[in-house]
Amino acid sequence: MTDPQGQAAASPAEAVESPMESAQGPVGAAGSPMESAQGPVGAAGSPVESAQGPVEAVKPSADERGRGEASGHRHAGAPGWPARLGEVPHLGLVAALALLAVVGLVTVPDTFATGSNLVSILALAATIGVITVGATFVIIGGGIDLSVGAVMALASVWATTLATQSYGPLVMIVCAVLVGAGAGLVNGWLIAYGRLVPFIATLAMLVAARGLAQRMSDRKTQLVQQGNEMIVELSTTRLLGLPLLVYVFALVVVAGWVVLNRTTFGRRTYAVGGNPEAARLAGIDVRRHTVWLYALSGLCCGIAAVLIMARTTTGSSTHGDLYELDAIAAVIIGGTLLTGGRGSIVGSILGLLIFTVITNLFILNGLNTSDQLIAKGLIIVVAVLLQRRSLRSST
Amino acid sequence: MSENSPLLLMKGIVKQFPGVRALDGVDLEVLPGEVHCLLGQNGAGKSTLIKTLAGAHQPDEGTITLGGEPVRLSSPIAAIRLGISTIYQELDLVEGLSVAENVFLGHEPARLGFVGQREANRATRALLERLGHGEIRPTTQVGRLSPAARQVVSMARALSHDTRLIIMDEPSAALAHDEVGNLFRIIRELTAQGVAVVYISHRLEEIRQIGDRVTVLKDGRTVAVGLPAGDTPTRQIVSLMTGRNVEHVFPPRRGGPATGEEVLRVEGLTVPGVFADVSFAVRAGEIVGLAGLVGSGRSEIIEAVYGARRFSGRVVVEGRPVRRGGTAGAVRLGMGLAPEERKAQALLLDQSVTRNISLASLGRYSRFGWLDRRREAEDARALVETLDIRPPDPDRPVKTLSGGNQQKAVLARWLLNGRKLLLLDEPTRGVDVGARAELYAVIRRLAEEGVGVLLVSSEVPEVLGLADRVLVIREGTIIHEADAGDLDEHRVLDMIMEGSAL
Repeated sequence: MTDPQGQAAASPAEAVESPMESAQGPVGAAGSPMESAQGPVGAAGSPVESAQGPVEAVKPSADERGRGEASGHRHAGAPGWPARLGEVPHLGLVAALALLAVVGLVTVPDTFATGSNLVSILALAATIGVITVGATFVIIGGGIDLSVGAVMALASVWATTLATQSYGPLVMIVCAVLVGAGAGLVNGWLIAYGRLVPFIATLAMLVAARGLAQRMSDRKTQLVQQGNEMIVELSTTRLLGLPLLVYVFALVVVAGWVVLNRTTFGRRTYAVGGNPEAARLAGIDVRRHTVWLYALSGLCCGIAAVLIMARTTTGSSTHGDLYELDAIAAVIIGGTLLTGGRGSIVGSILGLLIFTVITNLFILNGLNTSDQLIAKGLIIVVAVLLQRRSLRSST
Repeated sequence: MSENSPLLLMKGIVKQFPGVRALDGVDLEVLPGEVHCLLGQNGAGKSTLIKTLAGAHQPDEGTITLGGEPVRLSSPIAAIRLGISTIYQELDLVEGLSVAENVFLGHEPARLGFVGQREANRATRALLERLGHGEIRPTTQVGRLSPAARQVVSMARALSHDTRLIIMDEPSAALAHDEVGNLFRIIRELTAQGVAVVYISHRLEEIRQIGDRVTVLKDGRTVAVGLPAGDTPTRQIVSLMTGRNVEHVFPPRRGGPATGEEVLRVEGLTVPGVFADVSFAVRAGEIVGLAGLVGSGRSEIIEAVYGARRFSGRVVVEGRPVRRGGTAGAVRLGMGLAPEERKAQALLLDQSVTRNISLASLGRYSRFGWLDRRREAEDARALVETLDIRPPDPDRPVKTLSGGNQQKAVLARWLLNGRKLLLLDEPTRGVDVGARAELYAVIRRLAEEGVGVLLVSSEVPEVLGLADRVLVIREGTIIHEADAGDLDEHRVLDMIMEGSAL
């Protein structure tokens, strides 16, 4: 085994932690032994005092110490500039993305950095991106959703049947979203109350939803009818140079980030994924939360279905084939633990962008798509290896 | 090697981690055939020292001599080959494998790559018999064994190597009283055969019983080497560990019978096969202790009261019944639980102290689901100061805290939530002496503020010292109830082991 300290600066994920320590280093070197030297005194101190006045025994001594160490804490909490740079999350992912951009600029300077190419990258990323947001929630919550691509296909087919289309574009959108959320609810219910392993429940949904989509569409590609072009306009209408669906994607990402980081739902998601037993004993209804997580993932699939209808002007049972793998890969590359309890939306989206840019570069360079798959596989392995190393150093 | 030359000699061991000097010049000397106890508060460096001996950490400075030869313990395998076996606190057995497969994991008797399973079984049976546990079958899956039996399997695994030195990290933590007796018998047999044991425990009385000599660590340094375990006064040991004398570990009681409102009433509580027809009540401001052996049903009673387990009978909190099998309801009714397995059942280890404290009170910081993170952080910081959680940094991941401070974070969670009834299951397990006293003071203060407390502990002195009233439980039945002041340790031990109520 190599020396864990020697690795400290190497991996990006570690860089988040190590500056914290190095920031405390100078303070801690002098400070922490002091604290621990005082520690036991105080520790034994309060009970002795409590012999006289039990109610106040803990408080006064603690207050004193609290004040004394508060200043020390502020030092530790305000690291210098270089250290703060290391705290920037996802530095490694951003660096990888920048590296890919450089590769693009060098190999295909005429086509890569054009506005139209960047727009096509974002449009390509939007559909899986929306799914990835939902998948991030499920995976942080300790689960997995294999059915995302199939559910998206089912939603797109259901929304483009002639019967649905006769009600107009808004109903089509609502239909797609409801079908997605409904499939997610079924997943969640089977997992939370039917006690199926997430892998199995969503695998069953993958197969069944794909089959149902084939049945409903009779394996035919269903075109968005005349009069419902509003859906297609999501992809053709541009605002500030970007198609509307990119804004939908951005909106979903922002909403996902807010829910995950600023709401009780997000907080509970981390708790349920990190330690379900602790969450349960803290009074959180873990099963109900699990149902909502999969419903949320399904909802995202429904939104993604709207986007794919807009891009392709069709609903089809073949849409979204293997999207589940791309979404899960993006989430993993983004640093979310498959075991749950840790992860971030921003990481997932960066992971997805890395994937999309690679696809784009291969196409622009006229390279074999098989090589592209090999490159993607390598990236997953490298990302997980880096993650594992950072995990080891932080425990 | 002469009789008195040490088997193991560690000198000036230094181990530096980023930001922490975990070991700062530790000396350790272990004689052949002795039980050498290692004492120290959490964070004193015991774990690091053990891992150094086990080959899991390499020291930055210092020398290790084994049987007169200088050695380098460069890996766990190297340590095992040199005859050093380690039994960790969290037993590292593979539940899906059989006893024999676990014992010989990594060094299976094999011929041409095929595992000689029959040979492994035979050797395992011999080892188990040597340990006085011939009734454990080598083919049983480890997942089906009791904690005590697993302990024996771990020990058999240690002995399956040619061992000169066994390190035991809190081996008694998971064991009931009578099982500890058996552990000691095994240790004595081993030392009679010349094997040396390094024994780590927080329980001083155990160290008196089994230990020969004691080395005390404090802040990564050796503060006392080779004290006689039998007759060094407790006060001296505690003051070496903490740097001062501890006179009164337990906070004083308020005196007189509890007069508060009844917060908990349990009637005819039954979980088939575990306990039957348990009835008792807890008043506001009262600490009620449940004394009993591991497996007597104590923890299960607490879990049932909390709604974490299906039961029959009635559990009423302030007049309102608890629904079976729903912890969310119990929390709504004003209960809080500090479960037995702190890390597995209570904490989000990766997450900050703040997030662990607020976990059960998220509702109070949210408006339409939106979290008021500033108020959350303020309240958490205030609790960190009030309870003196160290280091006083609410943003630190809770896994970096010592056991005692982790337990304080769990208590802070329920303090924040204004509980009427707290259920504490082994609140001081794995917590060092100094931090225990602090926890006792916190628990007593909670009671003073009108919280009803139901306390479970394996350590009878703890129940007697902390509780106002004690329920003695044996094999799923409450056999005695009395004020703590009217009981003494021997009587309670008699009752929980013999069942004699008088």
